[in-house]
Amino acid sequence: MVEERFVQGNEACALGAIAANCRFFAGYPITPSTEIAEQMSILLPKYGGSFVQMEDEIASAGAIIGASWSGMKAMTATSGPGISLMQENIGYGFITETPIVIINVQRGSPSTGQPTMSAQADMMQVRWGSHGDYEPIALAPSSVQEFFDFTIKAFNLAEEYRVPVTVLADEVVGHMREKLIIPDDIEIVTRKRPEKVDGQYLPFDAPCDGTTPMPAFGDGFNIHVTGLTHDERGYPDTNDPDTHTKLVERLCNKVLMHRKDICSVKKENCDDADIVIVSCGSPYRSVGAAMKKAREEGIKVGSLKIDTPWPFPEEEIAEIAKTASDIIVPEMNLGQIVHEVERAAHGEANVHLIGKIGGILHKPDEIYDKIKEING
Amino acid sequence: MIIIDSKLCKGCDICIATCPKNVYSKSDKVNTKNVYLPFPEHEEGCTKCGLCELSCPDQAIYVEKEVE
Amino acid sequence: MVEKESPYKKYLREERLPHIFCPGCGNGTVMSTFFKGLEGTDIDFENVAMVSGIGCSSRIPGYAKCDSLHTTHGRALSFATGLKVGNPDLDVVVFTGDGDAASIGGNHLIHAARRNINLTVICINNNIYGMTGGQISPTSPKGSFGTTAPYGSRDMPFNLAELVSAAGASYVARWTTTHPLQLSKAIQKGLENDGFSFIEVVSQCPTYFGRKNKMKTPLQMFEWIKENSINKRRAEKMDEAELEGKIIVGEFANNPHAELTDNIKKLAEENSDKPLAIKSAFEELD
Repeated sequence: MVEERFVQGNEACALGAIAANCRFFAGYPITPSTEIAEQMSILLPKYGGSFVQMEDEIASAGAIIGASWSGMKAMTATSGPGISLMQENIGYGFITETPIVIINVQRGSPSTGQPTMSAQADMMQVRWGSHGDYEPIALAPSSVQEFFDFTIKAFNLAEEYRVPVTVLADEVVGHMREKLIIPDDIEIVTRKRPEKVDGQYLPFDAPCDGTTPMPAFGDGFNIHVTGLTHDERGYPDTNDPDTHTKLVERLCNKVLMHRKDICSVKKENCDDADIVIVSCGSPYRSVGAAMKKAREEGIKVGSLKIDTPWPFPEEEIAEIAKTASDIIVPEMNLGQIVHEVERAAHGEANVHLIGKIGGILHKPDEIYDKIKEING
Repeated sequence: MIIIDSKLCKGCDICIATCPKNVYSKSDKVNTKNVYLPFPEHEEGCTKCGLCELSCPDQAIYVEKEVE
Repeated sequence: MVEKESPYKKYLREERLPHIFCPGCGNGTVMSTFFKGLEGTDIDFENVAMVSGIGCSSRIPGYAKCDSLHTTHGRALSFATGLKVGNPDLDVVVFTGDGDAASIGGNHLIHAARRNINLTVICINNNIYGMTGGQISPTSPKGSFGTTAPYGSRDMPFNLAELVSAAGASYVARWTTTHPLQLSKAIQKGLENDGFSFIEVVSQCPTYFGRKNKMKTPLQMFEWIKENSINKRRAEKMDEAELEGKIIVGEFANNPHAELTDNIKKLAEENSDKPLAIKSAFEELD
């Protein structure tokens, strides 16, 4: 039965995790994500799940990876300083191909910054924050409903590709209250498990863009999992350039070569648009009103909302750049995603940033004013 | 019977120091890694206590306990 | 036919031998004493999962023929906490060292002890950072030399067994590689204890600690450890000056009490009509 509720974004995230069959949460209190931990501590015991408040965010990231290898769907939630602390273990998640979900409710930064104010200043950190080459998957919700939906989707993608997936929310989405519709037919992806213990299974043997099934510890496969560069058996092999190249290229390819299946954008009025507003996460909330006002004045404005900043929807942006003359990128930072838009546009459209920091979401008129300025 | 796996032995001599009956001595034989191997010079004194097997850092010692 | 090989070799991944440890390193001895301790319990080796951080001792799980998670520096206990809470039926064993557990991982160590989570932690304390080439560690004795203490360490070292006992662990013991039988027994007790068990093993690093501290051969280090070890009961009758530079060995805590995963299980039973969820990743929705 479809259920309707009026909830806070962070609560919707916790409900989404439970719906996705997440039964393990480890976390550490930090504003503005704390309500997710609080909700999980209430909900998990009711579903037979396990909640642990860890001693810090480093431990939280470690614990969810350990739980994932025990066979659980596992999640943590944090913000600002907490996500910085988690970076090393997130990198470990990439090289060991461990499905985990990390919720980052972004806040004003750098450092302790603005704990109670909103920002999108971690767009590049989720991309490059841990050392090394890797290809992350991230989803950016712009509403309470999306926070619920994208949390489920994050678990599905994590299981499908055996990768850490981040939900890049922000304080606005985390703390606002809106209607949430919980559908009765939620699709979830279960983990592919190797079939039998016959000595043939190799835990890290896959085609150049693929993943292998993943057993749980205790299933009898006696696997070795390490953050060192490893061969297909999982054994360290740190001095052979070929082993390293093969491993890391595959880790990247399994996301990049499935970009079309992973990427999601929402296009409105783009077909005839001269100006397209490319947004991601909360700023999308102000795009509609600005677009409507401009359209009423006869200015052909469209909107492209990026659901998945990573992997970046290159083709979709390139396509827009071919037909539109100008692209406006409103983001709650001093310019991060705008550089990716510029790169994908290949100089075919003028790209304009509306970078806003301080913690307050763009007002529709700030976007509208930019449209007017461009339209001349 | 005591067998020392010459492929695994790294020549640390801990067996020589550990054996309560001083069974082991250093030999003049080297393995492929140029390690001077120990050998059970006084095997007749061995009580098969297993301390050398347990202490050997390289799992290179086998002491036959009884004929099965 | 019985293979004529070390009785502890059957637990190891033969294709990976010989292991990377230097000649005379105590890590290999600790491996064997672990297997001997395990043989004294009812635990099935198939059900053992090993977790480690970074450092020489953390390479041990990679040689054992069981599921093993070789994680990030200092964080083994966080990963082990997730693994054990995720599936309390597993027998989770953590191999760590003095730098891994007491320096970068010190916070995780005291909190895992505080929670009394049912893990068996074997901390191989060789008083030095071996893998990076002989730097001073938080357990290096005052006055000892390392590549980052060229004039001798002036810092006060941690007394790990006392620290972990004070933090709430229910079983704590300290032995050395020169006490392999007592060590196996302590590991056996640790594995059988339903709570956080910490076994500190003072071990020799001839390559770095030995070379920097005038004990160039494994045997010199081995003898040094042996000569300086004093049983806890005897040590209790000695004063501070007499104990200077001594290694006190024995049992430091044996005090079973409420355990983390039991508490989580009870909480789930009180609040849900379902059994404790395990392996939820493989489960289809109803």
